[in-house]
Amino acid sequence: MIPRSFEYSAPGTLDEAVALLQKLGSDAKILSGGQSLIPMMKLRLASPPHIVDINRIPGLDYITEKDGFLRIGALVRESDLERSELVRSRFPILVDTTSVIADPLVRNQATVCGNLAHGDPANDHPATMLALGAIVVAVGPRGERDVPVENFFPALFTTALEADEILREIKIPIPPPSTGGAYLKLERKVGDYATAGVAVQITLNNSGACTAAAGIGLTNVGFTPIKAVKAEAFVKGKQLDQAAVKQASEIAAGESHPVDDIRGPADYKRDLVRVLTARAIVRALERVKGGV
Amino acid sequence: MAAINVKVNGVDHKAEVEPRLLLVHFIREVLRLTGTHIGCDTSHCGACTVVLDGRAVKSCTVFAIQADGREVLTVEGLEQDGKLNHLQEGFFQEHGLQCGFCTPGMLMTGYEFLKNNAEPSEDEIRHAISGNLCRCTGYVNIVKAYQYAAQKMREGGAQ
Repeated sequence: MIPRSFEYSAPGTLDEAVALLQKLGSDAKILSGGQSLIPMMKLRLASPPHIVDINRIPGLDYITEKDGFLRIGALVRESDLERSELVRSRFPILVDTTSVIADPLVRNQATVCGNLAHGDPANDHPATMLALGAIVVAVGPRGERDVPVENFFPALFTTALEADEILREIKIPIPPPSTGGAYLKLERKVGDYATAGVAVQITLNNSGACTAAAGIGLTNVGFTPIKAVKAEAFVKGKQLDQAAVKQASEIAAGESHPVDDIRGPADYKRDLVRVLTARAIVRALERVKGGV
Repeated sequence: MAAINVKVNGVDHKAEVEPRLLLVHFIREVLRLTGTHIGCDTSHCGACTVVLDGRAVKSCTVFAIQADGREVLTVEGLEQDGKLNHLQEGFFQEHGLQCGFCTPGMLMTGYEFLKNNAEPSEDEIRHAISGNLCRCTGYVNIVKAYQYAAQKMREGGAQ
């Protein structure tokens, strides 16, 4: 399969890239990993007249900890995340997430930031970033701005990015001690989208109760990635015993809006959210206590 | 059209390409290196896997122009001085193929994987080849071929 013809630019700096976007408007599409974009172009589901390839811009492949945030640059590949010692030791939830995205070959090209910028509710990082309270850094002609990830996905395949903006970085707040997180996904086979996925991040206080920082995100059970705000509110201040975990998972299931499709009927997926939420909370609790 | 220069199996290749030309089509149709296969053409099967700057990628999902100034290794580049590399030898010794269509991709995935993991467990091998589909072998002998190569590499160094 061959995509439609397009004009191609490979700017050497972010400023040049932004200038191109400003000139071309919605005719331009950013190419980073290309692992969703190129298949869509081959299937002619997308035919952007102009591709702006940001892969030649130096200095965007960093994973660093700075000013209280883990920072992931626009050209960090999924496999970089998987191999990063910093990520492995501090953010096992990110390793959970990246290791169930597509397959190892796709992960060698696909970028973490692209996983958000694509705006696909079936992608895995959005739920995890919702649970982590991440911030998206967008750069455009008016400079940089921070977008909290809960405001980043207004509608299906739509993000808060303007046509002349580039997702430059994801910032994740460094969690306080006694924090644990986990991402669980059911997929029919490697490379498939989630039938459902659930990300949970919790922090416990000195008496073992859940603090206000709890985050729960849901994958592919709605038109956008879902922040399970009612379940988050429920767990705050609670001791997460068996009964509380059960109740929280039922609330999260009620916040999902799945539809019937080849991956199963809506009722099944809603129940899957319940099961995965309970398991993800349990694993997050184990990780608070130092488990893996 | 755009001018590109891609080093493939150690040799520089200059060409004029349309930006929409996929890397796999460049390799097969411009360079006539037909060892790299096109299977599903939808980023699933891994038959088109090549190593781009040290990383195994699906060449049906990369534009040739993205490889400008970079290095590509294809299955034709594995043999050195008429001698199969350890992984190729492993596929031969362990009967790691039947129809052979997936083999070039399996070899290129393994090339990167074994460079980074000299003593892989069976589980790690199966995880590593999860983006390469084989419809003949049931994967058992492919896993054995990887183990054979890993053993040889530990005994005899690189390749």
